[in-house]
Amino acid sequence: MTQLALVIDLNVCVGCHACVTSCKEWNTSGVAGFLTDENPYGKDPTGTFFNRVQTYEVGAFPDTETVHFPKSCLHCEDPPCVPVCPTGASYKRKEDGIVLVDYDKCIGCKYCAWACPYGVRELDEKQQVMKKCTLCVDRIYDTAIPEAQRKPACVTACPTNARLYGDVHDEHSEVSIAIRERGGYALMPEWGTAPANHYLPKRRSTCAVADDQVARVDTARVTDAAVPGTLAALIAEAQAAAGAGR
Amino acid sequence: MHPAWSVILFTTLIGVAQGLFVAVYAIDIGARLDLIATPARAFFVTGAALAVAFSALGLLASFWHLGRPERAWRAAAMWRTSWLSREVIVLPAFTASVAAYCFALATDAVWTPSIGLLALVLCLALFVCTGMIYACLKFLQEWASPLTLVNYFLLGCASGFNLATLLASLLAPRFTEPLAVWAVGFTTVALGVRAAMLTRNARLRPRSTIQTAIGIRHPNVQQKAQGSMGGSFNTREFMHGRSRHFLRSVKWTFLVLAFPVPAALVWIGATTDASLVLGCAFVVQYAGLLAERWFFFAQANHPQNLYYQVIS
Ligand code: SF4
Ligand code: SF4
Repeated sequence: MTQLALVIDLNVCVGCHACVTSCKEWNTSGVAGFLTDENPYGKDPTGTFFNRVQTYEVGAFPDTETVHFPKSCLHCEDPPCVPVCPTGASYKRKEDGIVLVDYDKCIGCKYCAWACPYGVRELDEKQQVMKKCTLCVDRIYDTAIPEAQRKPACVTACPTNARLYGDVHDEHSEVSIAIRERGGYALMPEWGTAPANHYLPKRRSTCAVADDQVARVDTARVTDAAVPGTLAALIAEAQAAAGAGR
Repeated sequence: MHPAWSVILFTTLIGVAQGLFVAVYAIDIGARLDLIATPARAFFVTGAALAVAFSALGLLASFWHLGRPERAWRAAAMWRTSWLSREVIVLPAFTASVAAYCFALATDAVWTPSIGLLALVLCLALFVCTGMIYACLKFLQEWASPLTLVNYFLLGCASGFNLATLLASLLAPRFTEPLAVWAVGFTTVALGVRAAMLTRNARLRPRSTIQTAIGIRHPNVQQKAQGSMGGSFNTREFMHGRSRHFLRSVKWTFLVLAFPVPAALVWIGATTDASLVLGCAFVVQYAGLLAERWFFFAQANHPQNLYYQVIS
């Protein structure tokens, strides 16, 4: 059985929000209708998004790391949002595991949003139906577009390739290998939702820089200053005098 | 959670309807079995009619909760998996069967006890459905407990018997005192259960933390941005936005208004046969229950809030 999903590499996400804008652009232009924005240029802009990038700071200053954290529906393998839906508007597709909302059936009771621990379902304030990531179901199977683009809009937009897409039930897929070999993990495992989307951990990155790489020891300014009478020595003397006089 | 007035009104109104029906039906059966005297028919008919009215009002309030009320009929589809769907089926069935029961009482039909029994079964099923809608959401730890069901049942019965006592004082005075005893009894037990819920909730430790939410096991994780600058559905639907102090005052308000005050008023009203006092008892308890339900929602801490702590 296929289970399509995203694997998001927190180690390379730079928090540029390209996936957010490309998701919004694709999904607000689709046949399912627009994603409402209210007050877009006002004081409290708000709107419906399938995908949001959040930012967290880990550690205590000065020993901190910034983590950019893209968040969308995780297409859980055991989605708690589906059985609670009274109308059957929320469902999980058998063929590819994508969790969808049928906007024509949804009555806007919000119960599914209560039942999702991740807060990724958003009620559209204008259409009053529940919305969430569709994994670009209206794009990934579209044979009218070049095959390389038959991926979720966020995946194609990511400039750092932080978003991998594929079948997590196929053990040879890029996403399965990434999860297996790069420590892929699920969010809030304590609720047994078995999210299909996984995250690759942020790794501690260090950059070894020696002092002499920052201030070169062999530039003319440094070597000549040691030889009396050179211009560099005169400048150094003048600077020292000015410093003492101050 | 953000307490929605639609759901607060809905759950309290149908609670009254259910409790009132139970009271009327219990007396009806008792009288038929010759265990107690038979009160005037007006008491039964008015009681059943009021129960229908309250649950119809509740139904109306529930429509107000929906974004697309015109599609509400679709909600009956998924009764196999969804407690909400089950409730959507059981509530109109309960209302209709109490209406039929009311008609049967008025016309003195032979099938009165049977339709009443059906209504009773639906009434109990409705208590279960309403409670399970909340209790089945396991990560809303404040709700995920059998106490939630018991609380809905007891508070429905308490307020319903309270109203039945008032009704009896107007239409069947000899039943005022026995009904008052039951109303006070339900109210007292309900207070015990509600106190148990409060104690349980005060001791809860959230199973989800910011560490499990984003999967970074470091004791010090702080949110810096939530991906929107003016709030979102997630900040509106899942947070009450009130201070701790406000929450605490609501808690004490309902602890006083829903329990001891109405119990005392019911007792005074019944022993002195003062319908006005009994009327006050019902109004006060209903107001207390509105506060109780507000608090019930506000106290539930949704794990999604972990992702929405800081705007920017
Ligand atoms: S992340 Fe939430 S909305 Fe998506 S499948 Fe899981 S429970 Fe449902
Ligand atoms: S809001 Fe729509 S999709 Fe969600 S539970 Fe209600 S009817 Fe189902």
